[in-house]
Formats: sequence, C-alpha cells, structure tokens
Amino acid sequence: MKFKTQKIAYYFFAVSMLLLSLQIVYGFIMGFAHMGFDNLHDYIPFHAARATHTNLLVMWLLSGFMGAAYYITPEESGRELIFPKLAYVQLGAFVAVGVTAVIGFHFNWWEGRKFLEIPRPLDYLVVIDVLLFIFLIGGTIWKGRRYSTTNMVLFFGLLSAALLYLPGMIPTVNQTMDSYWRWWVVHLWVEGVWELIMGAILSFLLIKLTGVDREIIEKWLYVIVGFTFLSGILGTGHHYYFIGTPKYWLMIGGLFSALEPVAFLGMAIYAITMAKKGGRQHPNRLALTWTIGCSVMSFVGAGFLGFAHTLPQVNVYTHGTLVTAMHGHLAFWGAYAMLIFAIIAYAMPNLTGRKLYDSGWSTFAFWTSNIGMTAMTVAFGIAGVAQVYLERKMGLDFLLVQKEIEVHFLGLVMAAVLFSAGIFAFIWIFIKYGLPKGKVENASTNS
Amino acid sequence: MLSKSAAKKFFLIGTVLCSGCFVVLTIDTIQRVPHQTRSENITPEVIHGKDLWDHNNCMGCHTIMGEGAYYAPELTKVYTRRGEPFIRAMLKDPQAMFPGQRKMQKYNFTEEEIDALVAFLKWIGEVDLNGFPAKPDLAPVNPEPVSAAELAHPAIYDQVCVACHSLKGKGGAVGPALDGVGNRFEQNYFVSWLKDPVAVKADSKMPKLPLTDEQILELANFLSQLK
Repeated sequence: MKFKTQKIAYYFFAVSMLLLSLQIVYGFIMGFAHMGFDNLHDYIPFHAARATHTNLLVMWLLSGFMGAAYYITPEESGRELIFPKLAYVQLGAFVAVGVTAVIGFHFNWWEGRKFLEIPRPLDYLVVIDVLLFIFLIGGTIWKGRRYSTTNMVLFFGLLSAALLYLPGMIPTVNQTMDSYWRWWVVHLWVEGVWELIMGAILSFLLIKLTGVDREIIEKWLYVIVGFTFLSGILGTGHHYYFIGTPKYWLMIGGLFSALEPVAFLGMAIYAITMAKKGGRQHPNRLALTWTIGCSVMSFVGAGFLGFAHTLPQVNVYTHGTLVTAMHGHLAFWGAYAMLIFAIIAYAMPNLTGRKLYDSGWSTFAFWTSNIGMTAMTVAFGIAGVAQVYLERKMGLDFLLVQKEIEVHFLGLVMAAVLFSAGIFAFIWIFIKYGLPKGKVENASTNS
Repeated sequence: MLSKSAAKKFFLIGTVLCSGCFVVLTIDTIQRVPHQTRSENITPEVIHGKDLWDHNNCMGCHTIMGEGAYYAPELTKVYTRRGEPFIRAMLKDPQAMFPGQRKMQKYNFTEEEIDALVAFLKWIGEVDLNGFPAKPDLAPVNPEPVSAAELAHPAIYDQVCVACHSLKGKGGAVGPALDGVGNRFEQNYFVSWLKDPVAVKADSKMPKLPLTDEQILELANFLSQLK
C-alpha cells in the first residue's frame, strides 16, 4: 500500500466477512424452514431470520464499500486520510448500530418494511454514521492533490446512497405511499447509485490490474454509469406496477427496466475488453478473475434474470413469488458480493505484504462459491416457476403448493453447502493473510 | 471516436433528464394515489392496523400487494377470500387453525387489535392494484355435470372450509377431502361436529370455528347432500 491510512480498509473488510458468515447461517435456517424443518421457530421465527438475513447482507456490503472507499480514496487523491482515528470510531458505531438492530429483530423490535426493517431510532444513528463517513472521504478528496474520475464517481455514489436513505423515512399512513418511498431507497440504491460505486471500484481495479490507460477506462466508466441511470431511474417503475399507483407505471417501468440489462452487459464487455487490452500481466490474477467474474455474473443475475420477470405481463404472475428470490440471489452475488471479493482479493496482498493469490484454495473459493450460487439460483428458479404455475396460473391452495415444492429446497440447501464451502475457503485465506502491516511501499512501484 | 468529455456529457445530461422525469412523475403519482387507494377509507383503525402490521413484521413471512417474503400466503385479497370470521380466528390462534402445518406465531392480540388488523386488511383489499393478483387462467374446470347441491355452495364454505378441505380436488389438503361425505354421516352429526369437533371425536385436530347457528345449519345441510 502507498499510504498508512489505507490499512483502515482491512478492518472494514474483516467486519464484512464476519457478517457474511452470519448471513449464511440465517439463510440455512430459512432453507430448512421451507423444507418443513422449522424446529427453531420458537426461538428464531421465519420473519426474524428473514430480516436478519437481508439486513446482514446490506450491512456487509456497505461495510465492504466503506472499506473499498478507505482503500481507494487515499491512493486516488494522493494523500493520507484525514482524521484516521475517526474512521475507527465510524466503524465501531456502524457495528454497534448493526448488532443492536439484529438483536432487536429477535425480540420483535423492527419496522417491518422489507429491507428497511431497522427501527426508526436506529435510522437516525445510521444517518449520523454515514455522514461522518462521507465527511472523512469527501474531506480527503477535497484536500488531495487530484480529483480523479474514478474517485469522484465513487464519492458521488456514496453521497447519493446516503441521501437516498432519507426518503425511506418520510412518514405516511398509506401502505401504497409507504411502499412507493421504500423503493426510492431500495431500488435507487441497488439499481442506481450502488452501480456508481460498483462502476468506480471496477474502474479502479481495471486501472490497477490491466495497465490500460486511465483515460480510456474512465471514459467508458462514464458511458456505463450513464446507461445505468438512463435505465435505472425510471426503471424504478417496475416496482410500481401493482401497489396502487397509476397505470402509466406499467409502461414506463416495463420500457426502462427492459433496458437495464444493457448497463450490465456494458459492464461485462467493458471489463473483458480492458482485461484483453491490458498488455501488462499483473501477478494478482485472482483479483482480475473476481473482477471479470463480477461483471459477468452481475449481467446474468441482475441483467438477464431481472429482465426475465420485469415485464408487467410476466410480473403480474411472478410478483411476490420465489421467482423474485431467484433473481435476487444471483443479482446481489454477482453485482455486489463478488465486487467486494474482488477488491479484497486485490487489496489484501498490498495491505499485508503477503502474496497468497495463486494458492489452490483461492481458485477453489472462486469456482466453488460461483457454482454453488448458480445451483442455488437454479433451485430457486425451479421452485419459483413451479409456484407460479401451480398457485398463480392453476389456482391451487398456497400451502398445497408449498408442499409440492419442498423438494426443491433440499436442492437449494445442498447447493448452499457447496456455496458455503467456497465462501469459507475465501474467509480462511483472508484470515491467513493476517493483520495489515504499517509498512508503506515506495509510491513508484505502482502495484 | 467518443471523447471522455462527450462521455461525461452523456452521463450528466441523461441523469438530469431521467431524474427530472422521475420527480415529475412522482408528483403526479402523489396526487393520484389518494383516489386510487380510496384513502378516504383510511380510518384511525386502519392506521392502527398498519402500525401492528409493521411492528410485528408481518411482511417477513407474508406478502401484501405482492411485497414481502414468500413463506406465507399473499394477503391483499384475504378479506374477501377468507372472510372476517376466519381472519379473526386465525389471529387468535394461528396454530390451531392449521394444525401440524407451517407455523405462524401466536401474538396474543387483544380484540381491539384484531379489529384494527381486520380493518387494515379490508382497506388493502379495496385498493385498485392494476389487475394484481391475476385470475388463475389455467384453473381446471370440472368436466362432469355438477349436482344441484354443489351449485348451492354456502358462501361460508368457500371462505372457511376450503382453507383445509377439498371438494373435487379444489381446496386445501390439511383436513380430509369432503367428496361423498354425505354418504357417511347424517345432517345431525354435521351439526354437532361443527359446533365442537373435539366433543364428537376427542383426537380431532379440527378447531372449533366461530360459526353462527344459521351457518352451521346451512353447512350441515350442504354437507349431508354431498353424495
């Protein structure tokens, strides 16, 4: 690493990996419950497991993004982070709020709004914590020597993500408006500003790993995030088909969200082309594998599988079924989880000075987790399509249909075991890297 | 070839235009939602119901307007599908209503809270959702001619009984199918059974349902004709 304060990133990554492990545990609880083994129901009822599973996902991804920002910003702006001690305070507060929220879920303390279950008092603490984070990153860029496109896109992605948390707190007594504002947060995060963050981190990784000229990479970064917003902002309409909002959203949402795969396809072509173009063979092939894997799997999960049920004619049958879970799992894995794995795979050798990237375990982690997640997606897909046909098309009773598709959850759990093996291999390597060293490399090595 | 500044322009102009459209559409939506959701029917009781809905994270298992989790049934139209008596009984003791099935937590709601939840579900059922949920278009049609008795389904049968029992393959599978049940039992038996199943058969898992005497008579009459 080039700057001492970059090592702060390590602690965010560590928290990220810890929360991910916990998320997987709760995933298994739900998988077994769907299979009919709900023995934990009295202690961890399904809705507690569900809220914990999705909120831990959001938390570990945010922790990963923050870690990435603490790693990238000093390097891109050419100076140490301002007030590094406050960054640890920020991490501590973030963990404290998250842990409180998750424990609260087990005692019926929540808001019960899908993905935004965190109770209101904690929402304010989240806002304060994120403002501190934005201040530290923004201040570092402001005082730095240069405003690189990559860093600015990253910063505005993070800033917009923070601002877009606010609409979710608009008070309303109408369930329709409640849902309307909720998607301002959830959709404009994952299919909007988080893609800015994703584009910026990919761009940083591609600059470092392929040796292609920064100007070219950053030019295409603009094009891709341009397409993201062109489709993603009005694409929010695909959540407004059937919640009591005007009918024109069917047309607007259908049209613009059908364009969303274009942005993801662009992202995949971008990463692959740059990697091919790069003349320099960076020794850390593993980081490049995760980078390209991220761009490809995000196209499959978020782009292709999202498109599969985004048109209103299809969605009227699939809305609120396991088909959504199919799309959700591969989309989050491809677009965001793999992105964080990529930045970790790139940053860890630089942070710790150890080069563990060409071990067999790293390759095992990549392939096993990806094959496992793909198999999980297939299991959800079969269960979802069967549910749509039996329940929505043929009108069979809900519980009857759930019995019919129980067997696919056996498939899901088996695939999840494979996936977890890959994840734990990745985490094992993360642990083996050890703590970051304080040693700063000579800036001219350009690693 | 595209220059970096042109790419930047494309990004900025596209983003500003789309955000602008989105804000305008949002303002229009805010103005139209009250009419489409019949917001004049959002009484304090409905608001209390929504509050209970949120603070018990019902969306963590159920879907409403198609949103939530996929572990428990979609509840948007539950008010018309199951009717008030069923919803009340379910909220009082969910596990008794579906013995041995996927579990719902027992919340020990007060009568007032149950009223509020029922009011909330009734309001949700009246919101215009642009055609969701769609009518099952592949639902099997019975080819054989139906008897006069089957034509005269009591309304309560279609709301409550079908949750667990089936007739000609339509309905739940929690309790036994009711085809030909009239061959085995008399009307009087059905009356005493429906009044209290456990009094007739001690190991029955069927709950005592909140039915009026007229409803019991109507159902017993209907069931005894299923031959």
